[in-house]
Amino acid sequence: MGNFIGKSVKRREDARFLRGAGRYTDDIKLPKMTQAAFVRSPYAHAKVLNIDISEAQKADGVVAIYTGQDGCGAYGVPCGWQVNFKNGDTMREPVHPLLAKDKIRHLGEAVAIVVAETLELARDAAELVEVDYEELPAVTDPKKAMEPSAPLVHEEWGDNAAFDWCIGNDRTEVEAALASAHHVTEMEYRNHRVAPNAMEPRSYIADYDINAGKWTLYTSTQNPHLIRLLLCAFVLGIPEHKVRVVSYDVGGGFGSKIYHYTEEALLTWISKEIGRPVKWTSDRSEAFLTDAHGRDHVVHSKMGFDKDGKIVAHLTDEYCAMGAYLSTFAPAVPTYLHGTLFQGVYTTPLIHLNVVAPFTHTVVVDAYRGAGRPEATYLLERIISKAAKEMKMDPADIRFKNFIPPFDGIDEPGYQTQVALQYDSGNYEGVLKRGLEMLGYEDFRKEQTKARKNGKLLGVGISTYIEGCGIAPSAVVGSLGARAGLFEVGHVRVQPTGKVQVFTGTHSHGQGHETVFAQFVADKLGIPMDDIEIEHGDTDQVAFGMGTYGSRSLAVGGSAIIKSVEKVLEKGAKIAAHKLEAAEKDLEYAEGKWTVKGTDKSISFGDVSLTAYVPHDYPEGLEPGLDFSSFYDPSNFTYPFGTHIAVVEVDKDTGKVDLQRFIACDDVGNVMNPMIVDGQIQGGVVQGVGQALLEEVVYDDSGQMITGSYMDYAMPRADDVPMIETDRTVTPCPHNPLGVKGAGEAGAIGSTPAVVNAVVDALSHLGVTDIQMPVTPQRVWKAMQN
Amino acid sequence: MIPSKFDYIKASSISEAVKLLGKHGYDAKILSGGHSLIPAMKLRLNRPLVLIDISGISGMNTITEQGGEIIIGANCTHSQVLKSDLVKNKLNIVTQTVKCIGDIQVRNRGTIGGSLAHADPSSDYPATILACEAIIEVEGKNGSRTIDAIDFFQGIFTTSLAEDEIITAVRFPKVINGNYQKFFQSASRFAVVGVAVVKDGDSVKVGVTGVSDTPYRAIAVEDAYSGNSDAGSHAIDNIEVMSDHFADVEYRSHLAKVYVKKALEA
Repeated sequence: MGNFIGKSVKRREDARFLRGAGRYTDDIKLPKMTQAAFVRSPYAHAKVLNIDISEAQKADGVVAIYTGQDGCGAYGVPCGWQVNFKNGDTMREPVHPLLAKDKIRHLGEAVAIVVAETLELARDAAELVEVDYEELPAVTDPKKAMEPSAPLVHEEWGDNAAFDWCIGNDRTEVEAALASAHHVTEMEYRNHRVAPNAMEPRSYIADYDINAGKWTLYTSTQNPHLIRLLLCAFVLGIPEHKVRVVSYDVGGGFGSKIYHYTEEALLTWISKEIGRPVKWTSDRSEAFLTDAHGRDHVVHSKMGFDKDGKIVAHLTDEYCAMGAYLSTFAPAVPTYLHGTLFQGVYTTPLIHLNVVAPFTHTVVVDAYRGAGRPEATYLLERIISKAAKEMKMDPADIRFKNFIPPFDGIDEPGYQTQVALQYDSGNYEGVLKRGLEMLGYEDFRKEQTKARKNGKLLGVGISTYIEGCGIAPSAVVGSLGARAGLFEVGHVRVQPTGKVQVFTGTHSHGQGHETVFAQFVADKLGIPMDDIEIEHGDTDQVAFGMGTYGSRSLAVGGSAIIKSVEKVLEKGAKIAAHKLEAAEKDLEYAEGKWTVKGTDKSISFGDVSLTAYVPHDYPEGLEPGLDFSSFYDPSNFTYPFGTHIAVVEVDKDTGKVDLQRFIACDDVGNVMNPMIVDGQIQGGVVQGVGQALLEEVVYDDSGQMITGSYMDYAMPRADDVPMIETDRTVTPCPHNPLGVKGAGEAGAIGSTPAVVNAVVDALSHLGVTDIQMPVTPQRVWKAMQN
Repeated sequence: MIPSKFDYIKASSISEAVKLLGKHGYDAKILSGGHSLIPAMKLRLNRPLVLIDISGISGMNTITEQGGEIIIGANCTHSQVLKSDLVKNKLNIVTQTVKCIGDIQVRNRGTIGGSLAHADPSSDYPATILACEAIIEVEGKNGSRTIDAIDFFQGIFTTSLAEDEIITAVRFPKVINGNYQKFFQSASRFAVVGVAVVKDGDSVKVGVTGVSDTPYRAIAVEDAYSGNSDAGSHAIDNIEVMSDHFADVEYRSHLAKVYVKKALEA
C-alpha cells in the first residue's frame, strides 16, 4: 500500500457532477445547430407501403427530412462478433439499416428523421409524416421464434436462427452421465429481458466542418475509438483521420452504450448533407424502445449428482434472443461470455451447453451489466440450491462439497475448466465461509424455524459466483469470433514542470477513473495526485483505445498506464544518473526522487522532467522529452468471485417480498479504492436485485411493449433495498501488474440468484421449488396457491 | 417529451375560469398542479389547445373548519394537506391517504381538486372521499352546486362534472375512526388496491380504489359488517375487477379482500 493505493480517496469528478456542471452531450450547444426527431414504427412487424413527407416538408422550421430511400449507410451498422453455426455455416448477418426501408422488424424502428431549427418544430413536423403500414404477425419469445410456424424476421433464410452453438464436453457423454446419475435436478425458466435504463439517455451531435473536411461526433458512448472505427470503416466509408469522436461525461452505460447505434451514423451523414450540426437526444420512451436490452434466455437445464451431492454432469439447452438485428456484440453474449462460465466455482467434470440464437421482432439484445455471466450464474446458483433442497442437503454444504480447491496461480497454471477458460486464482470456500459468518448462518436457521412456527415466511439464499473480466487477450477473443482486438492504450505525458497528463483509451461513465487512475500513478511516481490529470473520451487526444466494459478498465487500461509509467521512470533514471554523475544501478527511486544509494545526493522528478525538455546538460544519445505510450494486451482474463447472501420475508397474504438483509463478500483481487469498489458492488447488487424482484420488459404477442415507461417498468428504489453489508477477501490476480480483477459487474452477477434462492427457501415448506423472475408479489402469491 | 402547441391563460377568479372553459369547451383543460396533465401532454397523449391555469386563484388553497366540517380548497397540494394539523387531528384518514401519494415532488405539485377531476382509477383520494362521504363543491356557468362522493366517479377518467364545471373545494365530515390501506404498484406506486374504511359505531363505510375502472363504495361489505373483518370477503361482490401485468383478476380480487379485511381490522 502506498500513499494513495488502497485508500478511500474521494472522487475528484464528483465536484462537477454534484454541481450539475458535468459535460454531457446534451449540454453542448453548437452555433447553427439543428435538432432531429424520429418517426418511429408503431408496429413490431409491418410492411412500409408508403411514406409521404410532403406535409411535413412544408412545416415551420424544417431543414431536411430523410427516409430509408435516401441511400445513407447502405451496409447498415455492423456486428462486431461472428459466431458460426455448429455445422460450419456462416452466421446469418442481416443488413441493419439506419432507416427502415420497406420492412419494419421491431417496435420503434426508425422510418424517417426530421431535422428542424428547434426540437419543438422537429417534433411537430415529425407528426406530419404519413406512413402507410401493413401490420404483420410478430414473434417476440426466443423459443417460439424457432417454431416452424413462427413469423420470419428476415425471410431470406427460411427460419429465424442467426446461429447455433455449443461448448463443453461431448453431448452424448454428458447425457450418459446424467442417465446414470444418482439424482438429476431439472429447471425450465426464462431469464427475462430487462432494459438498461442509464440515467442519461443516448445523445449525439454530429458536426461537419466544411473548411477542414472533418466531422466531429459528440456521443454518449462507452468506447469512442470503436465507434469511430465502425462508423468510418463499415457504415459511412469516410476516412478515419477526418473524424473526431468525443464523449466527455456519460451518465451511465451498463453496456447499453457500447454499441454503434444507427442514430450515430445517420446524424454524422446528415451533418454533411445539410452543412450544419445536428443533435438528437433520446427521450425516455425512445430509450425503452431502442436501447439494446439485456438477457432474454429461455433455459432448460439438467444437473446430475452422485449420492454425496457431488456434481457429475450438467446439460443445458437455451434459446437466446438476438432481437431484430445483430447488435455489435450480441452474438458473444450468450456464447463466449456465457457458456465459458458454466464451470462456475465447481469441479463439474462434464458440461455441455447448446445455444440457439434466433431473431425476434424486438429491439436488439446485447451486453447488459455482466453480459452472459449473470445468466450463467443465475442458472448454476439456482439449480445447485434446488438440488440441495431435493437431496435434503444444506445449500452451503453442497457448495463446499463441490468447490474447486483454493489456488493462487503463481507457481501453478491456474484451473483449467471444461469450457475453454483457465481461471487465474481463487479461494471460493473462503468467501462463502466469510459470507456465512457475516450472516450468522446457524443462528439464522434457528430464527427461521421459529419464524415458521409463528406463520412467518423467512428465507435465506446463497449464491457463490465467478465471472470473467479484464476483457480480453486479443488472440483468444479473435479465435472465438471477435472482429476486434481487446488490448488497451495508456499514454503518460510528463510536462516540463513535472505535471502529468495520463491519456487512457478506457472511458469513465460513472466508474471514477479520474480518481483511481490518478491514485496509482501518483503512488508509482511518488508525486501528489493533484499533479496528475486523467484524460479520456476524445479520439483527437487519446491515441487509441477499446473503451470500458467487461470490468476491464483497471485490469487492462490500468496495466497499459503502468507500462508507460515504467518507461517514464526508466528514462528518468538515465537522466537522473547523468545529472547526479552516478551509475543508474546505484540509484533508487522513492517519494518522487532519485537518490544515489547510501548518500544524500538526489534529484527530484520535476528536475528530471525539466531536464528532459531543456536538455542542455543531458545524456549523450538520449532523446529529449518524457512522453510514453503503451499498448497492453492481457495474457488472460481475470476472474473475480464472491458470495452473496439474501435474507427475505415473504408476506403470506400478498406474496410481497421484503428484502431484509443483503450480504456481499466479494474478491476482486487487489483494491485501489475501497470506497469506489463498495459503491460498484452496491450499485451492481441493486441492479441484480432489480432483475430478481422488479424489472421486466414485457412485449405482448403482437410485439407491443407493455412496459414502456416508469409507470409500468419497475426500477428498484431506495426503499426496496436494505443497507448492503459488504466485505471482501483478497486473492490478487497473478498476471497483471496491479493484481486487480475488476469490480464493475460483480454485484449484478452474484445478487440475482441469491434473492430468488431466498424467496424459494422461504416458501419451500409449502412445496414451492421455483418461481419465474421477477418474483413479483403476484407470481409469489400464485406459487403459494399451487 | 415535448407537448404539442397550446395557449396558456392564467385565470384570476373562478368565474373567469368557468367563462373560459365555456368558451373553449373540449379544446381546453384546467391546469392546477399539472401532475397528471403535463406528463400526458409531454407524451402527446393529451393535446389541449388551451390551458386554463387556476393555481393562482385566491381562496382556493385553504383548509378550514366550518360547522363541524373540514373544507379543503381544490388547489391545496397534497403536501399542504399532509402538513395540516387540522387535518391530522380531525381527519387523520386523509393524512394517511395523502402520505401514500407519489413522492415529495409529486405531493408538492399535485392538488386534491386536480386528482379528483382526473379520476385515475388507481389514485388514492377516491377511496377516502367515498368512505368519508365527502361532498365535492363545483362551480359552472349555472352557478355552484355540490356532488356527493358516491355520485362523482362515473368510470375510467370520468366524473359527473359538467363540461364547464370546476371543483372548488371538498367538504369532509370529521372522522374519528378511519384508516387507509394501500398495496403499491411497484413501478408507478399508484394503488393496485387502496381501501379506506370509516367506522361509526356498528356501521362502516368502505371506499375502494385500484380494483375496478371506477372507484366504488363496497356496499356489500358494509351490509355484511358485524364488527369483525370477515365482511372483507365481500370486497368485490358485483364488481368488475381490472387486470394488468402487475395484478390479474384473480390476484387483484384476492388483494381487494385482503386489504378490505386489513382496513377493517386496523
